[in-house]
Amino acid sequence: MASTVEAPALIEPEAPESPPRRAGRRAAGLAAVAFRRTIAVVAFLAVWELAPRAQLVDPIFLPPVSEVVPALWDLAKSGQLWSNTEASLVRALSGFGLSIVLAVPLGLLIGWYRPVAELLNPLLELFRNTAAIALLPVFILVLGIGETSKIAIVLYACTWPILLNTISAVRTVDATLVKSARSLGLPAVRIFQKVILPAAVPSIFTGIRLAGGISVLVMIVAEMVGAKEGLGFLIGSAQQNFAIKDMYAGILTISALGLAFNQVLVLLERRFTRWRTDPGR
Amino acid sequence: MTPKISLTGVGKTFPVRGGGEFTALSGIDLDVAEGEFLVVVGPSGCGKSTLLDLIGGLTRPTTGRIAIDGAEVTGPALDRAVVFQQYALFPWRTALRNVEFGLEAKGLRRRERAEIARDHLDLVGLSGFEDRYPHELSGGMKQRVAIARSLAYDPGVLLMDEPFAALDAQTRDSLQDELLGIWAKTGKTVVFITHGIDEAVYLGGRVAVLTSRPGRVKEVADIDLGSRDAREDVRSSPEFAAHRHRVWSLLKDEVQTAQRLTVPAPRKEAIHLG
Ligand SMILES: Nc1ncnc2c1ncn2[C@@H]1O[C@H](COP(=O)(O)OP(=O)(O)O)[C@@H](O)[C@H]1O
Ligand SMILES: [Mg+2]
Repeated sequence: MASTVEAPALIEPEAPESPPRRAGRRAAGLAAVAFRRTIAVVAFLAVWELAPRAQLVDPIFLPPVSEVVPALWDLAKSGQLWSNTEASLVRALSGFGLSIVLAVPLGLLIGWYRPVAELLNPLLELFRNTAAIALLPVFILVLGIGETSKIAIVLYACTWPILLNTISAVRTVDATLVKSARSLGLPAVRIFQKVILPAAVPSIFTGIRLAGGISVLVMIVAEMVGAKEGLGFLIGSAQQNFAIKDMYAGILTISALGLAFNQVLVLLERRFTRWRTDPGR
Repeated sequence: MTPKISLTGVGKTFPVRGGGEFTALSGIDLDVAEGEFLVVVGPSGCGKSTLLDLIGGLTRPTTGRIAIDGAEVTGPALDRAVVFQQYALFPWRTALRNVEFGLEAKGLRRRERAEIARDHLDLVGLSGFEDRYPHELSGGMKQRVAIARSLAYDPGVLLMDEPFAALDAQTRDSLQDELLGIWAKTGKTVVFITHGIDEAVYLGGRVAVLTSRPGRVKEVADIDLGSRDAREDVRSSPEFAAHRHRVWSLLKDEVQTAQRLTVPAPRKEAIHLG
């Protein structure tokens, strides 16, 4: 922390830090960072490539990555990859988006009214700890095998982390901040808007980011259980038809999708919580 | 003339878990004149913060009456400002936007707010730091921002609850001087809570000593150190030592009582009698 030294009275405190001087060293530093960040992935891909070639694993069940990539390319060229990705994205994003719209306001409300929170908490814990996927058959039974049940199960699974994080965010807002706002005679609504809400944003975003990961996971499972398109369907049917390379191509697509989705959410989170102290940044 | 702040027979009890009541304050009679700098000292846990909450209107007294300019306090309002030990800055707002907070409550326009906030950051020696977030500021700077925030919406009364207790000795000394300067410049009525005897004697025009549990006003000591002159070290003058000894004597018994009442380990905020 650059802020432990206190400027003496009547002397202007230290000026904001000067811009970095040695651009060359900085570039070298960036290269080192890039190396550290990619080395593990590169090593993993190398193992994937070499292990089947060296017959350490059966290349029929795990073809080397150099054979999976052309399969991925073929899927992309035929348009299959895109149409399946699109179907999956629509499901995951609809469920995820709806869960945000639903769970954030609900969580704010429940968190703000303490007695409601205390009343509902045991039930919420129960729901949260019931794996959403276990309820998939129920959703299919009630809503059928179409889009509705898939979006609904994603929505359901995404709701809990957002709801619970939002509730706890509201409830753990620093009491001195609230007291400080109260000492100005602000009405409850204003305190909520100007103190509780901004203070809760980081925690709410954590819930949203968790839900983002869950949405992809649940969407895949739902598509594997019963669907005519989507990446989960692609992987499942490729496995059944013994198109092993296509199966891995589908898995790669999903991990790329998950990664990209998470990255977008992380960027959004940073954008909205720039004021936070975080030494890891 | 009506006093700026007037407390008559003020008491406060808290319900205790498992039934019963705990008397934090009882029978407080205290008048603070317009423009006065009153310091309240007392052992830890004697009800100093409770007293400040009461004057701030954040809690209501169980007995007695609190009035500002003769009008009974029924809740918090913009005629009083509170400065907390923990700064209570909004971490998502820059220094400037923090200072603007009270001005927003007052309903001023953006341009006007920014201008007033800038002036007050300047007053506490923080121009150039408008765009810093609280986590980018040192403890002393944070407390300066908090003071600027309180002064910005121009309250008549400044209530300060051990504002410098978390700061290192050097920072504390300089902030004490700055506060006296600001007080002289703005003519605010200040109620300043501390558990430090030196701080009380250095800052206060009068020092009210509270008894330990329940808190009552044991005595109000007048402090006369003449005008603060930067060239002279007031703290090493014989007058300062005399006042200091006086307050120390008043507090000594209370601290001992308080320690007998507390669980063994002395708390960090325990009074320094050294
Ligand atoms: N809201 C409350 N409920 C119950 N007891 C309280 C409450 N606030 C303060 N007290 C008690 O009142 C006493 C005085 O507290 P406080 O005013 O914070 O003391 P000080 O600021 O002098 O250290 C303490 O014993 C504290 O435990
Ligand atoms: Mg206190």
